[in-house]
Amino acid sequence: MRAHYGKATAAFAMVSALTLAGCAGGGGDSTAGGEGGSSCEPSSGPVDLTFTTWVPGMDKVVDLWNKENPDIQVKVQTGPNGNSGTYQNFFNQLQAGNAPDLGQIEYDALPNFRVQDGLENIAACENVSDAEDQFVDWTWGQVTFGEDDAVYAVPQDSGPMAMFYRKDLFEQAGIEVPTTWEEYAAAAEEIKAQGSYITNFPRGDVNWFAGNVWQAGGQWFSNDDEGWDVNLTGEESEQVANYWQGLLEKDQVSTLPSFSDEWNASFNEGDQWTWISAVWGASTLATGAPDTSGKWAVAPMPQWEDGGSAAGNWGGSSTAVLKGSEHPYEAAQFALWLNTDPEALALANELGGLYPAAKSATDLEAFSGGVEYFGGQKIYDVFAEASSNVDPNFTWGPTMTQTYTDVSDGFGKAIGGDGTLMDALASGEEATVESLKSQSIPVKE
Amino acid sequence: MRRGNTPRGPRHSIMSRTAAMLIMGVFTLYFLTPIWWLLVSSTKTGGQITGTAPLWFTMESIPTFFSNIGRLFTYSDGVFGRWLLNSAIYAGLGALLGTIIAAMCGYALAKYEFKGREAIFNIVLSGVLVPATALALPLFLIFSEVKLTNTLWAVFLPSLVSPFGVYLARIYAAASVPGELLEAARLDGSGEIRTFFTVSTRLMAPALVTIFLFQFVAIWNNFFLPLIMLRDQTLFPVTLGLYAWNSQISQIPELRVLVIVGALVSILPLIAAFLALQRFWSSGLGAGSVK
Repeated sequence: MRAHYGKATAAFAMVSALTLAGCAGGGGDSTAGGEGGSSCEPSSGPVDLTFTTWVPGMDKVVDLWNKENPDIQVKVQTGPNGNSGTYQNFFNQLQAGNAPDLGQIEYDALPNFRVQDGLENIAACENVSDAEDQFVDWTWGQVTFGEDDAVYAVPQDSGPMAMFYRKDLFEQAGIEVPTTWEEYAAAAEEIKAQGSYITNFPRGDVNWFAGNVWQAGGQWFSNDDEGWDVNLTGEESEQVANYWQGLLEKDQVSTLPSFSDEWNASFNEGDQWTWISAVWGASTLATGAPDTSGKWAVAPMPQWEDGGSAAGNWGGSSTAVLKGSEHPYEAAQFALWLNTDPEALALANELGGLYPAAKSATDLEAFSGGVEYFGGQKIYDVFAEASSNVDPNFTWGPTMTQTYTDVSDGFGKAIGGDGTLMDALASGEEATVESLKSQSIPVKE
Repeated sequence: MRRGNTPRGPRHSIMSRTAAMLIMGVFTLYFLTPIWWLLVSSTKTGGQITGTAPLWFTMESIPTFFSNIGRLFTYSDGVFGRWLLNSAIYAGLGALLGTIIAAMCGYALAKYEFKGREAIFNIVLSGVLVPATALALPLFLIFSEVKLTNTLWAVFLPSLVSPFGVYLARIYAAASVPGELLEAARLDGSGEIRTFFTVSTRLMAPALVTIFLFQFVAIWNNFFLPLIMLRDQTLFPVTLGLYAWNSQISQIPELRVLVIVGALVSILPLIAAFLALQRFWSSGLGAGSVK
């Protein structure tokens, strides 16, 4: 599921900052007893679980489980997507001690829940640790944080990135489809000369930018026993920031708000020739730009090094067992089933548009055939390939909502000519360090 | 434009009237354009919203509108109808009971002398200054203690309270219910409660309608409290439901159309309530300001 951070969430961030501070004041104590990952036993008798998710149609998927497991009945609860309110609700509920047993949490929000001690370690639950090789490598890294004997969630879906491009326009103009970022910049110039844009720079989607840094091999966060290291301004980040800064300054990319009507219209009218995006972008394009059906194709992301194959990731969620659940064993079994059972995966894709994190996804019918909108191309082969080329060691920080807001503010200014993208990252880094300190989260400097 | 019809008067008065009309015209346009856009957009398919003129209809507007409405009420097992019903219950019943409570409270504060009267009134009045949003989180923790979160009561009970309603009821009762009348009623043997419901409420009717409308609109538009309290989508009011859908547009783009049509449908009850109660509304608003 996409970690799309929109305007509506800005107001919410203010409130969440207040309550976050409240949580941190209580120190690291958890709402439930300090049950470690050492034991995980089945409960006796029938069990009722609650599961909060915002994936449309998930109730239908869960019905499959409920039919087969009369003793473990799961009730689906729903709400807006994570950053739009559900995460804040989770934190409130954890504090009040009435959180749901299971919750959908995006990868970039997991460290926040980990730091606030909101996740149950389910490593000791039957089958969980052994499930590692059923999931795409990098997604497993996201749910274990690289800790030993630890699994804090089960990967649900992912957003491997590639390049959507207008095959017809590139052919007509006689421009080679770019395979490196250098070629991409050259193409941008030619396309601009024809009065169009090669793509749109999404100033509000900092997680998109992070996906690009991820592809370049960068790291924004790392942590060990001594605390968190925040580095939004590393070599790779600088490379990516300067690259897009160049395109912006030459006015070779547009700066429309992502997913807005004008943004859709711009794609629909053929003003945009490419979109560097995640796998879920296929349905976004198909709905937002219906008049261009059949004219698109998908290629791997342009590379920094000739002949490279690195890909980034944009979005994706996990299914976590929240702290205080009385039935972690059953909850873990359900989470495993939900994210590995072929029937469940197929239905979740059909109703909720999920691209599963399970490796077996490539066997699903939905991902094996050609897609009409892309001229019959088997686009999911490209994304499956991209998925295996995502760096498994990328780590998110514990305050991504705040980091996104601050960097996005800076991006907005940079686009208005006040500072650069690199300045925005620098001030975002500063603000993030401040925010960590204010929550008593140790920071290395 | 014909000049002959313009009433004669000093030149500057025509100028200023024109200016005033112009300003009002601009503001009317400013406020009505989004609603017009909403109306027009609800007659389009997802592709047409971006592909056609934003402020005008398409050739097949009417059938598209009805098919959109049909999809709105059938999507996800017709949950939207449920949300409308929930909003109607929260806002309708909540406003009704809230109005009665506010009226009784304001009336008592206006008409009975008792110790601590002013103190109570001032405390209630200070409640006007506290935004409801700031109370949502403490309310959540309190309702968690008594295990009432994610129930109808979690949204309904807090909606019953209206400090502003108490204020308005007190001012209006003081101005419109003569003490002599209450004396006469007492002499005729009417009990206090009977007097209140048969005599006083009628005199206070304009204020009560105003309070009811205020409450109705406030509860109908309330978003933050349900967002925090509710997890079961069959309990959602329409505001929260639409917000949840809207936050999923990027994954399920077809929801865009449903959110637009849903927003249009969700403001219809408010418009209906205003049109029906408009006359009382304006006279009630004036009452507080004269005193």
